[in-house]
Amino acid sequence: MKLTGSEILLRSLVEEGVDTIFGHPGGVILHTYDVLTDPAVASKIRHILCRHEQGATHAAEGYYKASGKVGTVMVTSGPGACNTVTGLTDALLDSMAIVVFTGQVPTTAMGCDAFQEADVVGTTRTCTKHNFLILKTEDIPRIVKEAYHIARSGRPGPVLVDLPKNVVMGRAEYHGHPQELHIRGYKPTLQGHAGQIKRAVELMKTARRPLIYGGGGIIHSEAYEELRELVAVTRIPVALTLMGLGAFDTSDPLWLGMVGMHGPYWSNMAMIHCDLMIAIGSRFDDRVTGKLSEFGKQCKIIHIDIDPTSIRKTVHVDVPIVGDVKQVLGELNKEVRQVERHWASDFGEWYAQIAEWKAKHPLRYGPMLDVIKPQYAIDMIFEVSERMNPIVATGVGQHQMWAAQRYRGRRPRRWLTSGGLGTMGYGFPAAMGAQAAFPGDLVICIDGDGSFQMTNQDLITCVENNLPVKVVIINNGYLGMVRQWQELFYNRRYSQVDLTIQPDFVKLAEAYGVIGLRARRPDEVKPVLEQAFTTPGPVIVDIVTEREENCFPMIPPGGAIKEILDYGDPIPEKLFQGLR
Amino acid sequence: MRERTKAIPKEAKARHIITLLVENHAGVLARVAALIAAKGYNIDSLTVGETVDPSISRMTLVVRGDDSVVEQAVKQLNRLIDVIRVTDLTGEEFVERELVLVKVKAKPEAKAEILRIADIFRAKVVDVAPFSYMLELTGAEDKLNAFVELLRPYGIQEFARTGMTVMTRGNKTPGKQTEEMWKEPDTKKVVGLVEKG
Repeated sequence: MKLTGSEILLRSLVEEGVDTIFGHPGGVILHTYDVLTDPAVASKIRHILCRHEQGATHAAEGYYKASGKVGTVMVTSGPGACNTVTGLTDALLDSMAIVVFTGQVPTTAMGCDAFQEADVVGTTRTCTKHNFLILKTEDIPRIVKEAYHIARSGRPGPVLVDLPKNVVMGRAEYHGHPQELHIRGYKPTLQGHAGQIKRAVELMKTARRPLIYGGGGIIHSEAYEELRELVAVTRIPVALTLMGLGAFDTSDPLWLGMVGMHGPYWSNMAMIHCDLMIAIGSRFDDRVTGKLSEFGKQCKIIHIDIDPTSIRKTVHVDVPIVGDVKQVLGELNKEVRQVERHWASDFGEWYAQIAEWKAKHPLRYGPMLDVIKPQYAIDMIFEVSERMNPIVATGVGQHQMWAAQRYRGRRPRRWLTSGGLGTMGYGFPAAMGAQAAFPGDLVICIDGDGSFQMTNQDLITCVENNLPVKVVIINNGYLGMVRQWQELFYNRRYSQVDLTIQPDFVKLAEAYGVIGLRARRPDEVKPVLEQAFTTPGPVIVDIVTEREENCFPMIPPGGAIKEILDYGDPIPEKLFQGLR
Repeated sequence: MRERTKAIPKEAKARHIITLLVENHAGVLARVAALIAAKGYNIDSLTVGETVDPSISRMTLVVRGDDSVVEQAVKQLNRLIDVIRVTDLTGEEFVERELVLVKVKAKPEAKAEILRIADIFRAKVVDVAPFSYMLELTGAEDKLNAFVELLRPYGIQEFARTGMTVMTRGNKTPGKQTEEMWKEPDTKKVVGLVEKG
């Protein structure tokens, strides 16, 4: 039986297990949207109409991160497709598996500056893991299969499929979803090299101050149990990157905290004093390493990563192990269990040193009188919500870093944040996507006033689709992190960061038909949050905080980790010349 | 195809010859070139042509860079889905060939000299006009460079080089590229890779 390309596409998506599409229709994708109304498709696939394509892509990222299922986006050509570029880039840097379907003008009009034409495959070449332009209707099932396979396997990432109008309107025989696929140029290495794993264990045997530096790869590969086991046997302390948060039990005494520019003092000190760094699914981002020339000089480095390009990209590695983190750790654990060593007793001095750093430089903030300290607000969000096992998303900025530092008790796939690209406006749509995956769970978006204003139009999407996201705005009336940099490194010349003139977020909420709450004084924070988290439907909480609070500790941009500034430290003038 | 970079002194960075087997369809060349360009590497030359299997093309890429930079480039190229195999031939024994076409001014008094140069280099005269010769020469890069330098004083009117194409010597094939490459794919091996979705 011959079907149209659009029918084949949606049948393929159903076969692929897609149950949710985030998208926005438009001219040339109309034919495919028409098929969405087909009862056989509509009963299997829920389409969530986002109010901007950027939001749709972040929602798909949130859906993927929370559920582990590939997020799907469908948009039209030209402007619709171009609006996905931010989300695609974000997904590429944070290894989020999403597939974006874009409409395209007919192949006969391509390259002719047709209405709403953009060279989307060309535009997104560098911000996708792979992209396809489908030229023949009969190729649709194969390419859908390949797109989802590429997105979710290996190092996950975004894949774009461009659908010319004549291809989706054309007819072809549909023989069902292909059972097998073969992509000659794509065979991710999953199993680690046995010899390298042995070499890693040799290094571990003699280490006195080892440290596990884990990243988002642990979550993508769902290697939590293997990591827990490795730590249970070896008693090596664990620090995680921003993207890795949630991969390790925060109540474990060997859990240190986040590393990097705003990680706690002690975990950063552990990074520069360890004698063996076991990097697992983390990629030595410059926000973690600080000044490269001073990073990792004191230690041997073992690096486990599925993406060979991440290894030795910036840092010299002594034992590289390319493979899937879950498989490699499984093999590593087998070897480690053979080692006769009483690990913990050898690490006594190391533990003591870390404890000393912790005691001397705890996470702290100044006294709070009448005005709410943002750190306190985060602590309260944690206190009120923790027993409800929420999914927490953040925007980008100071609030994000405070949340990363202070929101404890995270679980795998329950922490959504934009790390690699640092996309303001990520949090709210990502929370919406996670909520679509888990309709019954509490989903909180800790946002900034600046960040929220970038994508807040999807409030109505939440209302329309019964997605009860709770947005807590840490509102300091500034682009807070930019202001902090201007204060510290630009001699307090505040250029274009003042957001004093802003919408009344409570009224904004009401305009969208959702509940808006506000806290202005410290004693109001907890009751307002309790009310917000127990009220059905979407809620906006506007927490008006101290305006010029800074986020510490902080490794100055371009500085070495040892130059970390703690709360109250004087700001040395000379540090900031290598600013980046 | 050819982006000859003048800015980088050749002795500053080692020359690397990288061969790629890629899917033969639209956009692949753009992907490879864009990747190299995005990383800021200098491409000396890039040639591409179909292999015995029409679904596969072979590219030869000449770049100059530090070993670590090129190692990174090779890894990044390998990450491209359309790239089937990447091999850095540095340290390997190989035959390199490039073709150049030169249209050189040929005043009556210079004609004999030009032909003598062509003869010494075993270049072919492929077109003759009253005041010009078109010469064709195949060889390694250095030979071609020397040839061009000798012709330059006579006045080069038009000039085209194809860029390098290479092949390893002897029975060895780069990166275990054996006849298996051209056989029917073994789909069973691929199905069942991590299916996490």
